[in-house]
Amino acid sequence: MTATRIPSEAPVAARVSVARAYRFELVKLLAQWRVRLLILACWIGPGIAVAVVSQQASLPADTLFGRWMHATGWAGALVVLGFAGNWVLPLITSVVAGDVFSSEDRLGTWRHLLVAVRSPRRIFIAKALASLSVLFVLMAGMAISGIVGGIAGIGSRPLVGLDGHLLSPGDAFGNVLLAWVCVLAPTLALAAIGLLGSVALGRSPMGLLLPAFAGIVLQLAQALPMPAAVRLALPSYAFLSWNGLFTGPQQLGPLLAGSAVSLTWAVTATAMAYLLFVRRDFTSMANDGSVRRVITFGVLPLAGVLAVSAGVLAGATGATGSGIEQDKVQQSLATEFGHLYRLQSGELYHLNVTEAQLRVTASCGKGGSPTSASGGPGNDWRCTVSWHLPGVNDATGQAIYQLDVNPNGRYVADGDGPQEVNGYFMLHTSVGDAPNPLWQFDGLVDLLAPTSKG
Amino acid sequence: MQIEDITGNRLAVRARGITKCFDDVVALEAVDLDVVAGQIHGLVGPNGAGKTTLLGLLLGLAVPDLGSLEVLGMPAGRALAAPDGVTGFVDGPGLYPALTARGNLAALSALRGPGAQTANIDELLEQVGLSDVAGDRVRGFSLGMRQRLGLAAALLTKPRLLVLDEPYNGLDPAGKKHVHGVLTRLAADGATVVLSSHRMDDLEALCSEVTIVSTGRVVFSGPLGKLADASRALDYRLVTSDQQAARQVAAATPGIRVIDDAGARPDSEAFAVRALLPALDELVPRLVQAGIAVRGLTPVVSPLESAFLALTEQQESSR
Repeated sequence: MTATRIPSEAPVAARVSVARAYRFELVKLLAQWRVRLLILACWIGPGIAVAVVSQQASLPADTLFGRWMHATGWAGALVVLGFAGNWVLPLITSVVAGDVFSSEDRLGTWRHLLVAVRSPRRIFIAKALASLSVLFVLMAGMAISGIVGGIAGIGSRPLVGLDGHLLSPGDAFGNVLLAWVCVLAPTLALAAIGLLGSVALGRSPMGLLLPAFAGIVLQLAQALPMPAAVRLALPSYAFLSWNGLFTGPQQLGPLLAGSAVSLTWAVTATAMAYLLFVRRDFTSMANDGSVRRVITFGVLPLAGVLAVSAGVLAGATGATGSGIEQDKVQQSLATEFGHLYRLQSGELYHLNVTEAQLRVTASCGKGGSPTSASGGPGNDWRCTVSWHLPGVNDATGQAIYQLDVNPNGRYVADGDGPQEVNGYFMLHTSVGDAPNPLWQFDGLVDLLAPTSKG
Repeated sequence: MQIEDITGNRLAVRARGITKCFDDVVALEAVDLDVVAGQIHGLVGPNGAGKTTLLGLLLGLAVPDLGSLEVLGMPAGRALAAPDGVTGFVDGPGLYPALTARGNLAALSALRGPGAQTANIDELLEQVGLSDVAGDRVRGFSLGMRQRLGLAAALLTKPRLLVLDEPYNGLDPAGKKHVHGVLTRLAADGATVVLSSHRMDDLEALCSEVTIVSTGRVVFSGPLGKLADASRALDYRLVTSDQQAARQVAAATPGIRVIDDAGARPDSEAFAVRALLPALDELVPRLVQAGIAVRGLTPVVSPLESAFLALTEQQESSR
């Protein structure tokens, strides 16, 4: 045996900074073909889709703002946002955040990071930031691509809001951007669920699927009848609550509540993922995850957040019912009809009537009873809208609408006569044919707004 | 602080009574280990013996539940605080398949930062024989190529203690030769290498000392020669010019037992005997005197393999 040249002191190496670990994570993420493909798809796909669909004779009228895609490029950008919230964002959070920890387990590469970075805390931060950065790039791509596709295909024209009022192109642009920013909060919640699944389930493919699975379950939950306080306590509501930006006044209550709930979910899930990660023993590199861990660190804490959020929202707003009440539906419909009637009059007769002149009222009933005071979602709402005809003394017009009200407050009003008001799909105007704004339109009931009735 | 063994050799690793459990499973139990600095030390044992756990502790991925562990003079007080210069891999080379061979090394080098002393990437690829595929994505690499790239990644930081878990897995003879050369040069330059294998023959030509681990306990630790001396009678395959006569001579020689089943493939031109070396020394002259030419005399299982099997089987049967 020989003497050696090992130094007498073996200093502990300096820890690698978060910034360097973050760059390392980005290099790895961006080297993956599926991430590159996603980036390409998100930056090109929405623009092409919006530009192509906007030129079609048949529009996706069952999608929010879809019926306005011929009229303005901003509608296409919002259709992209709606579709992204339902399907795309849960999927991309799965691919990016749901795999960011488990990929190291699968590839057996933890020791590179651990030996070099020497801090699970820094590794966690770097991984979380890197996955969020990629998600942000993907979301920015979808937003910009959708806007560019819409503007290039149709142009920047005024957008009809969800209460029928016209937004100038500048306001529409600002609101579209703000809507995308609002969707960041629930995306963060799903991303945090992805991080949690990725840490808790290790090499198991379930970790990768968790955000998509959670996204679908939460989305399905939004379709169920439940108290508004519980609905808003689910992070999936924030994928819809941006709709409130397109009414006047803006429905900020649900928007802020949904965003706060989503951020609380994001913080809780991230904290649980962090706790699990820093407590992990890395001697055994094979981490196949455990259902018990998912329940203890995922399901139970998030169920607690849901319960507390619902309790706080119910206490603060009193929204213990569905939030869809007769007077709110009537008010929303009357307001929107007034705005759209004004639009129709302008297109048909170049009349500049005002909502104040029209003095629109609506009388709605649910379940076949026109006077029923009951509320709640359903496609059996029937409303009679009345308004004063401008320039004709004491003459009143009436129109019938069938309403399909979703549990989340959105509704579709379908004209049921008279024909000259809402019976024709198209209007013959002096500048050509245009869609009749009163034939069918989308509206929104504020679930948290106090009812005007005692 | 320098640490030395009782003969004054500087130690790169000193473990005393270390125990590591995973829930109810005792992976290591009261393990003592001395690794002399500047040597290649083999860690051998059957699958599940605790080798990877022990190597993980040396890498600083975790700390023992009980006992003391000093690596390069530093006590292992907490996880992920291994001294500078300790590197290696456990549970496979751990590479990023979406990156090229050079990309993997470049990313790892960048992770360490400009202040860290890292080796030249092209030189490393040359050392492990992967220069020709430096620009290829690791996704398409064979296991042997991944092992060699994993070794290059471990050498990136100019290690003073290199810890390798099963580095010979999947390597062809040329690959083994490459790895062998790299590790030998590294030890010659003063670094210490601890590598594991479940095959003694991988370690025979490379290691000065070995530690045999079985079911979480050390059953032997020391120089290879000492292990061979401690072994029992071995089985030898004997090829002669007259098998019939040779069997009769062997059977008549004291200390020699002719065996029909020694694990060797059936061969009409050979037979097996079980003997200690002195008896074997007696047999060969007797065969020559009887006019029988000895054409081959080789151990069926290497002495070290035989000792390893004996020690590990003994340990497992005692539990």
